[in-house]
This record gives sequence, structure tokens and C-alpha cells, in this order.
Amino acid sequence: MIKIFKTIWKWLDDRLGISVLISPALHIAPQDAKWWYVFGSATLCAFIIQVASGVALAFSYIPSSSQAYETLQFITNVAPFGRFLRGLHYYGASAMVLMIGAHMAQTFLFGAYKFPREMTWTTGICLLAFTLGMGFTGQLLRWDSTAAWSVVVAAEQAGRVPLIGNWLAQIILGGTSIGGATLSRFFAIHVFVLPGIMFAFIGLHLWLVMRHGISEPPVAGKPVDPATYRAEYEELLKKSGKPFWPDLAWRDVVVTTGLVIAIALAAFFVGPPALDRPPDPSILAADPRPDWYLLWYFGLLSLIPERIEGYVMIGFPILIGLCLLFVPIWNHKGERAASRRPWAIASVCLAVIMIGALWWEGQHSPWSPNFEAQPLTEKVVGATTGSVFEGGRLFHDKGCLNCHLIQGNGGRRGPELTYIADKLTRDNLVIRIVNGGTNMPAYGPSLKPGELDALVAFLETRKRPFPTGAQTNNAASSVSATMK
Amino acid sequence: MVGFIVAPFFRKPPENWVTIGKSNEFQIGKTVAVTVTDPSPLPWAGVTAKSGVWLRRVSEDSFIAFSANCTHLGCPVRWLEGADLFMCPCHGGVYYRDGKVAAGPPPLPLFRYDVRVADGEVQMKQAIVPISTTL
Repeated sequence: MIKIFKTIWKWLDDRLGISVLISPALHIAPQDAKWWYVFGSATLCAFIIQVASGVALAFSYIPSSSQAYETLQFITNVAPFGRFLRGLHYYGASAMVLMIGAHMAQTFLFGAYKFPREMTWTTGICLLAFTLGMGFTGQLLRWDSTAAWSVVVAAEQAGRVPLIGNWLAQIILGGTSIGGATLSRFFAIHVFVLPGIMFAFIGLHLWLVMRHGISEPPVAGKPVDPATYRAEYEELLKKSGKPFWPDLAWRDVVVTTGLVIAIALAAFFVGPPALDRPPDPSILAADPRPDWYLLWYFGLLSLIPERIEGYVMIGFPILIGLCLLFVPIWNHKGERAASRRPWAIASVCLAVIMIGALWWEGQHSPWSPNFEAQPLTEKVVGATTGSVFEGGRLFHDKGCLNCHLIQGNGGRRGPELTYIADKLTRDNLVIRIVNGGTNMPAYGPSLKPGELDALVAFLETRKRPFPTGAQTNNAASSVSATMK
Repeated sequence: MVGFIVAPFFRKPPENWVTIGKSNEFQIGKTVAVTVTDPSPLPWAGVTAKSGVWLRRVSEDSFIAFSANCTHLGCPVRWLEGADLFMCPCHGGVYYRDGKVAAGPPPLPLFRYDVRVADGEVQMKQAIVPISTTL
């Protein structure tokens, strides 16, 4: 029996060249390439999950502006395993973004982008850009209200590009407004164009890994010298190298198996992101937000000064992209160990802190008005009749509560006003309300007689109940004096 | 092949007048959301053939049709009746009732569509997404 199998295998191997095909997996690699080297395999694994789950989703998804939403509802709520499959695709995308980020950080910190692996790094940076592109276009294929308005936001951003902005915006919209052409274009990009390019780049990336070998872990005091590096690397492999499979690859198998299990568990127990309302542009109560991996950019655009916003919107991604692409050109030799490259550690830490902080801000978006703010209760207002009560009501009805916080109620776009009477006198309050201020509209023209007095009367009651310090006492005295 | 893909981008936007309601349906001084439907959408456009527009009746024969897109990044602004303001949910842009910027990051006033009253009907030019090409 075994003899028959061997004969069949030899025949197939001879005709198909299977041994040659899998021989790269047996290449010799540095034996010290251990757990830090698993992120590339994990990224590839996530990509394979995306391809498989994406193909499966395409069996039911109709890329038509009129039907995509209904097919998504069918996939999520009716089709067997549909909810799980959508979850798999979503968490697979999240895992891919996380793993490619970790892979990039590890490669950077280990100095593995230096000679002779400059182009391996460059192709990896291109793959990072394509991955983010897949993430964004994938969010749009979740063709609900958020997706439709996100297309508009993307078009507006592209519109800032000098000279060709309008044209770029029309490419994104598929015309001059959202319509039948919008979704099918993003579908073609997400399902054919970007994956096709990614397959080519992944092939190139892996070919370069094979060509130049897996980089050995860096050793402090042993800089890369292009003149001698290749000979030293060959010597290292002869001396202590091991076959990638199975001696080194078992760690990749462990991590990728764990990753698959984690993605499947998240898909099963947490499920895919909920669908918003239908993609009807006449529904104006929409609040578009990017998926988590682009939320930091949403935060960045919200926090930078308005006068430079357009430049940052266009220039920042280009600048970051160019910096990453040209890192190995500027710095292709010398020390690889992170301990001898403190600027490398600082760069990675800074990037992580910056993205993390911006993500946090984007998640909470304190700059957005709170449209869900409910009228203040009588307990918070502190009155059931009279001008204070009326002012409390107006504070909600006039939209003040959308932006200002009072005892935990309202928005955070403007300053909290819970104890505003400790800081501002009656006259100050009147001036602010009538004339507006930094980032606040002037309410003077829109207030009816008596409404200003009621609002001010309400705000004058917003003071600390038990002053604890001299400063607070002074402030209270000041307000009191003004009122007299 | 390339021509097939890029041809739609060079198509001139249609200049049709679209009826959005009888003029007596709108109160003077009020701003309301109206739905405008593309009169010649692609057959598979579905609900995306619709657009939302804020329509304000200024006087007996004067209307303003505001684009619902914030001039900052295009998010849909909401009309707060009590506050007499438009507010954007994304980055907090605020506009007065005449569309002028009141606060926040918008670089321009709300875009206005051409609007007219003909035979007792309020009509406006087809709604496109206005792109704020400012740096």
C-alpha cells in the first residue's frame, strides 16, 4: 500500500514539481529567529481568512446600491452561519491591521529593513497602505447610512487636493452625488483591484524574504556593513542555521492557530458590527464614523487647528507614507540593535502613544455635539417654576445642552457649566450668550424677549453648594455683588 | 477599458429642475428637511437616488434650499428648531439659519441650491454633493 502511495507521489511530484514549490519552506534560517518573527505569518494568515470569508460572503452579497443593504440583512439575520461569516470577515480585517502593525514595528525595531532588505520593507509598507485601503473600502461595502455618508466624507477630503480635487471627489462618489455607481465601484476596488495588487505584492514580499533570507536577531555592537554583510550572513547560516520548516515554523503555526481561534471566537460571541439605517441620503440624522483602525485619523482631523487642516488632511498621509518608504534609503547600514538606536524606540513609542491617544479622542469625540441630550430634570434645574425653571428648559431647547455639560448631562464640545456662576458674573454671562465666543454661536439675534433673562437666571444658580476655599468664596461674592 | 471606467467622471451633472412640493406646504420662517429624488437615476440606485435638503421659506415667494452637507467634511447637518441653528454631528460645525458659519471648523457657509417657485410649486436644481475645494 505504502509503495503505491510512494509511486503516486513520485509521479505527481515529477509532473507538478510539488517539492520545488514547497522547498522555500525548507530554507535555512537563523536559529535565533523565534517568537518576535511570527507577525508576518500571522498577517498572511489573516489575509487568507479575509480572502476565504470574502469569497463566501460574495455568494450572497449583491453589490447594488439598491440591494446591498437587504442582502447584508439577509446574510446577518437569515442565512445559516451568515452572522458568523460577517464577524469572521470583520475581525479578520481587524487582526490583519493589528498584525501588520506589529510586524512593521518589530521589523523597524530590529533594524531588519537595512541592507540588503530595503525593498522587502518597501513592499511591506505598500502592503500596509493596501490593507488600510481594504479596510476603508470594506467598511463602505457595509452599505448602510454610515457607509453612504462616509463616502461623502472621503469625497470631501479628496476634494481638498489642489487642481484635481473635484475630479478625485467624483471618482469616489461615482458621479456628482451618491447613487447607483457609488457602491459598484467600491466593490470592484475591494474585491478585484486591491486584492489583485495585494496578491502580487505578497508574492514579491515573500520572494524577497526568500532571496535575502530571514534577518538574524540584531546584536549590539555588530553593525551592518554592506560590503561584508552577505558573507557574514551565509557564514551564520552554515554555522547555526536551521530549516525553517519544521524547526522554526512551529511557532508560526502556534500563533496563527491561536489567531484563527481568537477571530472565530470574536465572530461567534461578539458578532459583526451592527448595520445602521439604510443608505438613504435623505435620512439626515446620521453620524458617520470610521471603523476603529481609522478612528485615530478622524481624531487627528478634529483636533488640529482649522487653518492647517486642509494641508494636514492631504499632506500628513503622504508625508508618513514617504517617510516609511524612504527609511531604508536614509538608514541602510550601521547598528541594528534597538539598544543602540534609541531614536527607533522613541519613534515607535511616539507612534503608538499618538495613535492610541488620537484613537481614544476619536472614540469619545468630545468635539461632537450630543444630540441625545435629554431635558434637565427638576432636580438638576433646582426649580419647578419661575425664571430658573424656564431657563433650564431653554438651556435644552436652545441647543446649549448639546455642547455644554451640566452635572453630567449634555455634551462636551464646550466648557462644562456645572459651576459656571462661580467663574462668570451676570454681565459676563449675558455677553457670552448674546455675542457668542470662540467656537460658540451668538444667540442674541435668535432669543426672544425674556429668554435671555431666564437663561442667565438659570446659569446663575450653577454654583458649588458648599464653597471649600477662599477663591470660591471670593468668586461667589463677586457674583453676588454683581447681582446686587 | 479605461474609457469605460473613467467616462462617468466627465459626464456633466444634469441641470433638471425638480419639484419638491407645493409652496403653501411650507410655513414662512420655518426650515424643514425635504427629500429630492434624482429624476433619472441608474436603475439600480434604489434609495440612493434620494437626497436630503434643508428648505427654508424666507417670505411669501422666497425660499432657500441648503445642501445638507457640512462644508467641513460633508457630514449631514441637522436643523435645531429651538436653537435656530444647523449643527454637524461629526466635528461640531454650527451654522446660523441663513447658512453662515456660526462656530466650529466649516470653512464656508452652507451651500445653496438654485430654487424657484413655478405654478405654485417649489422647484430646485438637482442636488449634487458640493465639494468644498479649500485648503
